[in-house]
Amino acid sequence: MSDFDLIIIGSGPGGYVGAIRASQLGMKTAIVEKESLGGICLNWGCIPTKALLRSAEVLHLAKNAKQFGVKIGSVDFDLAAVVKRSRGVASQLSKGVNHLMKKNKITVLKGTADIEPGKPAPRVNVTAANGEKTSYQAKNVILATGARARAIPSIGLEPDGKLIWTYREAMVPDMTPKRLLVIGSGAIGIEFASFYNELGSNVTVVEAVDRILPAEDAEIAAFARKDFEKQGMTIHTGAKVSGLKAGADSVEATISVDGVTKTEIFDRVILAIGIVGNTEGIGLEKVGLEADRGHLKVDGFGRTGVPGLFAIGDLTGGPWLAHKASHEATICVEGIAGSNQSHPFDASNVPGCTYSHPQVASVGLTEAQALERGRPVKIGQFPFVGNGKAIALGAGDGLVKTIFDAETGELLGAHMVGAEVTELIQGYVIARQGELTEQDLMETIFPHPTLSEMMHESVLAAEGRALHI
Amino acid sequence: MSIEILMPALSPTMEEGTLSKWLVAPGDQVRAGDLLAEIETDKATMEVEAVDEGVVVELLVEAGSEGVKVNAIIAVLAEDGEDPADLIGRSATAPAVQDDPVPAPAPSPGKADVKDTKMKVAEPPLASAPAATPQTELSGRATRIKASPLARRIAKIEGIILEGLKGSGPHGRIIKKDVLAAVAAGHTQPAMASAVQMSPQTLIQPQILDDRVYAPDSYELVALDGMRRTVAKRLTESFMQVPHFPLNIDVSLDRLLDARRGINAAAPDGVKISVNDMLIKASALALMAEPDCNASYTDNGIAFHKSAHISVAVAVDGGLITPVIRHAETKGLAEIATEMKDLAERARTRRLKPEEFMGGTFSISNLGMFGIKSFGSIINPPEGMILSVGAGERRPVIGPDDELIAATMMSLTLTCDHRVIGGAEGARWFAAFKRFVETPESMLL
Repeated sequence: MSDFDLIIIGSGPGGYVGAIRASQLGMKTAIVEKESLGGICLNWGCIPTKALLRSAEVLHLAKNAKQFGVKIGSVDFDLAAVVKRSRGVASQLSKGVNHLMKKNKITVLKGTADIEPGKPAPRVNVTAANGEKTSYQAKNVILATGARARAIPSIGLEPDGKLIWTYREAMVPDMTPKRLLVIGSGAIGIEFASFYNELGSNVTVVEAVDRILPAEDAEIAAFARKDFEKQGMTIHTGAKVSGLKAGADSVEATISVDGVTKTEIFDRVILAIGIVGNTEGIGLEKVGLEADRGHLKVDGFGRTGVPGLFAIGDLTGGPWLAHKASHEATICVEGIAGSNQSHPFDASNVPGCTYSHPQVASVGLTEAQALERGRPVKIGQFPFVGNGKAIALGAGDGLVKTIFDAETGELLGAHMVGAEVTELIQGYVIARQGELTEQDLMETIFPHPTLSEMMHESVLAAEGRALHI
Repeated sequence: MSIEILMPALSPTMEEGTLSKWLVAPGDQVRAGDLLAEIETDKATMEVEAVDEGVVVELLVEAGSEGVKVNAIIAVLAEDGEDPADLIGRSATAPAVQDDPVPAPAPSPGKADVKDTKMKVAEPPLASAPAATPQTELSGRATRIKASPLARRIAKIEGIILEGLKGSGPHGRIIKKDVLAAVAAGHTQPAMASAVQMSPQTLIQPQILDDRVYAPDSYELVALDGMRRTVAKRLTESFMQVPHFPLNIDVSLDRLLDARRGINAAAPDGVKISVNDMLIKASALALMAEPDCNASYTDNGIAFHKSAHISVAVAVDGGLITPVIRHAETKGLAEIATEMKDLAERARTRRLKPEEFMGGTFSISNLGMFGIKSFGSIINPPEGMILSVGAGERRPVIGPDDELIAATMMSLTLTCDHRVIGGAEGARWFAAFKRFVETPESMLL
């Protein structure tokens, strides 16, 4: 006798979306969460950081109000209030998820879960905060335990919660560090670097590979880097932090740049050197599974190979993005429900967004990846300076780049840097999902005046037909 | 209970038709046997009769709608005692009454399709892009294929025919993945590439006048009706698909004309035997004499027909139709003449039943009355041969003693499907035919 049709362990954007979909499909569903509903995304990730970055953006506009003919006296910010707003936004959304669970009649089990062999799916034990343990049997179990910041303790790259931060501490600062070191220049590192740079910190970014935002197209990354440096950021690429020594209220960092090793003092350090899946303590070994380099291997529908056991989201590897987890959860649940409508997960259609100033957004292959395929490509580029709306917004810095297969017209990749590009990228994602060709995009009408016109122009540029450049 | 009037199947193969005309209007009282509507299919126009009594509540398909699926609900009758007002709209919202997967008829599916077709026709074929425009879409509604633009483009590049491919996208849409799978399958097992079979429809190029060459106001565009569409499709298929070859002979008609005079003098009132009727009979008898020629090619083998069903091409307004004289080898000339007269008349008014123009095994096309000396016809599949009959005319010929004499001669062409009929078989059939024509008495044997 099963207690539930489906138990989902973890209520992040993978887990809770999967639970709602399961409920829509008529499954009796439970979700296990040890902290707040919504997981990292809502509580300690996507959403609260967007609130912080919004404050930084308002600050930026206020500082530059004169440019728009607006007079503002002296401009300052209240860090505590900025953080408080961010926490308020997170809390509001977590409550929203709670409401969604109730509305969809999903049982929320508070506690820490682990699994052990069972039939038809592994049994789920939930240990509540007071140590009380309850065991449940479901027909299916989805692991959605997420991931956490990576640390490399051997060289001191280990958070101490005080001077050496992860995203979690960086999100609720008690002071604005005068000198801030950000190790790692992926989306998380760059967003915090951008935020603190706007608040006035002297920000140094150290990246091991030869460019920032290593997942992005090289040209876009170079464009963004130039902009960040113009804003006062110090960026070291091809560089390495080989040691961190925490003192009383500062950290001594050993940094190697271009073969030269030096030590530098920082008030705070943010570790953003990657993500590892939360594979421990779940009981994977009891059902015969083991983590592979910090993640759990699954197929395109989240199947682990253990009957009735599935896994989705950050736990199963990158891209470590909330919408990737939500999508995987949906196709996983639909697969469990016996639908044959879904396609297996395809990472090439997952858009990536970085909400720094300027924003960066992309989907599909970078130019380098496209060229690696060995097929002819057509590339279109359009700068923000050619777009009326961008000029009117005072946001003339940016670039939209599109990459097509020269023969089939397939949109292989789209890459953007500049104002609001995180909101624009979805147009290209739909184009890819719907398998539109350059022809369809050229024939599409884009409203004027909008930033989206640049998406049209970039496609036209790939055909040598751009209008405003 | 209301009575639902369904789109009838006028022939076993009919899948859809055009509802050309309503003969009733909402509010009309109808009795069993009353005519409700005219349906036009490939070659025929037929009337739909009421089977039950009632009052017409609603017509669900507009007159002139093309592509109305067989078994779709086309109208609703109220039974005696029912208030028609209660029934309006009920059937349209309750398509579940149908067990088969035929989509319920929204009031205007045909109309929407007409619009669709027009839009496609209007596309200038030489415009820069529509590389991805599927040719199959132009060949008609029945072959409309759902595929992503990228899938279409790749299919075109790779030479994959989308028709018949299974689509794994939303609502069965063919996507890139499906085409690439077909490409892969095609490369590894070409013999088994059943999913990418070539079909003549997909080879047929779109036929559109380029606006830049023929200004649209310089001609009048008349929409294709069912017959024109079918003739175009079948003959194009035939000409492309059937390896055909012609044989020519001349026959002397004098004795046949003599015999005809005698027969007509003796025939009952109202019966007049034509030369053509006699050629029908001669052809049927020749087919019996050379049964190898009464054959159809099929993928499963050659079908040797046991009886001679002679299709006779009749020109009608807006096309061509071939009513069939069944078992012509067993029929006398008077019977053939009477039947032919009736069939030809009804063909011209498009009142033939499908079984009256389908199922022939051999065709005759006669342009002699127009003075055509000799010509070749396109085979009417699945028939194996078609005979083209020229004009009978007085010609100088060399007599038995090398003297020059005048005779009534006729030139004929026999077009044969080489997959079933070789040159020798065709020649033997022609020899038998010539014998029957030149010694008409032998037709009596």
